[in-house]
Amino acid sequence: MEITITINGEQVTRDVEPRTLLVHFIREDAGLRGTHWGCDTSNCGTCTIWVDEKPVKSCTMLAAQADGHSVTTVEGLEKGGVLDPIQQGFIECHGLQCGFCTAGMMLTGRALLDENPHPSDDEIREAISGQICRCTGYKNIVKAIQWAADNPATSEVTA
Amino acid sequence: MTAVDEAPLSAAGNPIGFGSMKRVEDQRFVRGQGNYVDDVNLPGMLHSAILRSPFAHARIVSIDTSAAEALPGVVAVITGKILEGIPRPSLLGDNFAWMPTLSYDTQAVLATDKVRFQGQEVAFVIAESRYIAKDALELIDVEYEPLEPVMDAKKALDADAPIIRDDKGQTDNRITDVHGNQTWESGNKEATEAAFVAAAADPNCVIVEEDILYPRVHPAPMETCGSVAYLDKVTGQLTLYTTSQAPHAHRTVYAMVAGLPEQKIRVISPDIGGGFGNKVGVYPGYVLSVIGTIVTGKPVKWMEDRSENLMSTSFARDYHMKAKIAATKDGKILAVDVYVLADHGAFNGVAQPTNFPAGFFNIFSGSYDYPNAHCLVEPVYTNKAPGGVAYACSFRITEAAYVIERLVDCLAQELEMDPADLRLKNLIKPEQFPYTSPTGWEYDSGQYEKTMRVAMDIAGYDELRREQAEKRAKGEYMGIGISFFTEGVGAGPRRTMDILGLGMADGIELRVHPTGKAVLRLSVQSQGQGHETTFAQIVSHELGIPPEDIDVVHGDTDQTPFGLGTYGSRSTPVSGAAASVVAKKVRDRARIVAAAALECSPDDLEWELGRWFVKGDKERGKTIQEIALLSHSSLELPEGVEGHLDATAVYNPPNLTYPYGCYICVVDVDPGTGQVKVRRFIAVDDCGVRINPMIVEGQVHGGLADGVGMALMELIAFDEDGNNLGGSFMDYLLPTAVECPDWELGETVTPSPHHPIGAKGVGESATVGSPAAVVNAVIDAISPFGVRHADMPLTPANVWRAIQGRNVRTDMAVE
Ligand code: FES
Ligand code: FES
Repeated sequence: MEITITINGEQVTRDVEPRTLLVHFIREDAGLRGTHWGCDTSNCGTCTIWVDEKPVKSCTMLAAQADGHSVTTVEGLEKGGVLDPIQQGFIECHGLQCGFCTAGMMLTGRALLDENPHPSDDEIREAISGQICRCTGYKNIVKAIQWAADNPATSEVTA
Repeated sequence: MTAVDEAPLSAAGNPIGFGSMKRVEDQRFVRGQGNYVDDVNLPGMLHSAILRSPFAHARIVSIDTSAAEALPGVVAVITGKILEGIPRPSLLGDNFAWMPTLSYDTQAVLATDKVRFQGQEVAFVIAESRYIAKDALELIDVEYEPLEPVMDAKKALDADAPIIRDDKGQTDNRITDVHGNQTWESGNKEATEAAFVAAAADPNCVIVEEDILYPRVHPAPMETCGSVAYLDKVTGQLTLYTTSQAPHAHRTVYAMVAGLPEQKIRVISPDIGGGFGNKVGVYPGYVLSVIGTIVTGKPVKWMEDRSENLMSTSFARDYHMKAKIAATKDGKILAVDVYVLADHGAFNGVAQPTNFPAGFFNIFSGSYDYPNAHCLVEPVYTNKAPGGVAYACSFRITEAAYVIERLVDCLAQELEMDPADLRLKNLIKPEQFPYTSPTGWEYDSGQYEKTMRVAMDIAGYDELRREQAEKRAKGEYMGIGISFFTEGVGAGPRRTMDILGLGMADGIELRVHPTGKAVLRLSVQSQGQGHETTFAQIVSHELGIPPEDIDVVHGDTDQTPFGLGTYGSRSTPVSGAAASVVAKKVRDRARIVAAAALECSPDDLEWELGRWFVKGDKERGKTIQEIALLSHSSLELPEGVEGHLDATAVYNPPNLTYPYGCYICVVDVDPGTGQVKVRRFIAVDDCGVRINPMIVEGQVHGGLADGVGMALMELIAFDEDGNNLGGSFMDYLLPTAVECPDWELGETVTPSPHHPIGAKGVGESATVGSPAAVVNAVIDAISPFGVRHADMPLTPANVWRAIQGRNVRTDMAVE
């Protein structure tokens, strides 16, 4: 079946099997490999993206269900060569080690701040509690999201 | 010495040397531009899937692959029978159906005669897409004749136990190591036995005994294992992209397994999504991707699912320990004896570098000064996945640290002594270093009491004890747990350590370009540790070149010198030392070039960071960048000096390094539900000199989460029929941000006397040290119910049962 999903502002139209998972569509059909997968049971959250600005585990959705919707992935966070504060926060606060869970963590963090610009640490922990990080022990992820809350306009201009 | 001297900052704001510096790697990761194995897509690449056994123990009667082969899009279906027919020109067996393990045992690549654990590899499908490959698995018809499985290690040696390794002609389930031994013993047996006999007869002494299980757990990195293999039939070049913590060692193993010439094999480990020991082993899936490309002539990708990862690749621990400790009634430890029944699964596949096949377990005497210690390890086969050494275990120091720290707490309870006082009374004293332990380890340095006092200060220990007493009076159950651990890391000295005969020295190369920028080529492999940052800092520290001017290359055997890879916290102790040594070689060469340019003798020159200058005339000097250009210029150099600054080195560590630490955990337990809340966790690590404190602390945070996970929720248990009860993230529970407290860290710095920069390695410290602190805290909380020990994981159900006085086997689905 043919579907069209707007990913990071660009329309991607492909002919897919109806059973294709959204995470596979993003990675294989759209070729955006910054979104990862880490489990078979929708428990790890490493595949988290936004569908219509809301964080969603992209392994829990069929690509066909996202037909006509807009999707944002980690590749869509940087705007015009400027990192989103959430990206800068993860760098500043050592919020990542292997980087595998990072895309999902940043997208959840960004979505939280969009709704609640000054969350408490507990609210941040609650927001990312559906996502697993095996490297950081979470403390610096919480700090990274707080950094982004404290520096909404600070970001790095890149070449 | 509390910390290293502050390094000056570069123009980019980075420390020229040691200090907290943002990671170079992060720039790509935060943009989603990492390159993990599953991101590798080669032209014409095929995909694959593995059919796995539903049974823990069964005879294979027949396999019919015809329907799978007929499915459009399927390219090939490979079974063990087919592999048996492929002759292998190597010393390690004559066909491809079996492969050697890292412990000189054999493991089936695809099962031929029997399946020996649930999830074992039975058939391999290669297809045009992953979806088709998975579809084809459903069409393979395997007829099994189920056999009784051996799931309980404690029954593996029963006279009527089914025989697992009949392929090797075994008549029991004992494991025989490469030396012909079936039990592994360490320490002074006679003296230890005599000490227990004497203590038993002495009214001023006590003996405390406990059965302590370290259950089967799994490292479960967020990225599962996988590979992409491509054999170019024209050139004979095999390129293997793979999730490997040890690319060079893996290349050698593939050369041996596949009988391919080693110079034709290139192993590339791109970005690795966490390892923790899961990516040290060579798994059938990797080998099958290689066989797949040989068979099809096309690149073949294999990526395991999470359930495959949890069920078939390297598990960790599974040590059933019986431990006893003797002490005087005023708390002086006299002797410790440990018996271990070691469950190795169906194939003995542990990676271990010593002649003692239980790895570094015999460091179990811990951080205390007493003369007598002994252990006996009895390894057995069971119908479970192979593995054992994984999950940040420092070659089984996890088990060692856990058993001694649990035992010391049991002793404290028996003596009605504060566990902090008991530890302080027995810790090895600073003046005793280098300290030779009763099992023969030579601890390099430590200020144990100082470190423990720092932890107690941060915790407010006395205040916590007061709070606990008040709460108990009100019927609230708060617990305080301490653990003090010592690790030996950085394997290891070539005279005593090797893996599959490969010595554990690491090579390194440093090139300095004419403009003074440098490239460092490493053998070790980051899985998140930040090597691209920290190794640049080591070179920067030695040469004064800003870290942003130093690129670090790793993860490609064609581009880096040989070395054994990253596990056992060995990157900093071994390759980190190599980086310092190679940079000093460059510095020495630079001195000769500078002397030629300044028309003086090299002996007249003095070094300051980034510059050689004439002694007594600070103005006359040359920076390392100037010297780099001069080394490539027409400047006349002394006889025998050809020019350029580039250097190589191989570092063979003289000893292990011994990081240590003191951890304190505070928990609140609800006795009605058994629910444990980790309220605080204080971790004071001494890992010697810290290259990048930010990264050190990050590694500690990650390990502490491991400890909370293992102590409270992580478990791979089995039922008696052989079903794996921890085979997905629905069942294998990992801690999230909600279960983890806001870690409180402290440090002391006791440099390693034999490491060139005094660093000790820290990657596994917290995973090793933290489980005992959490368990000790929980037991402390529920000790008023008469509980002295309960096995991990301390889930609400298990805590509740312990409070009820019920004995539970956490590793089996039975009581
Ligand atoms: S891949 Fe684990 S939740 Fe989506
Ligand atoms: S950074 Fe490795 S899993 Fe989160």
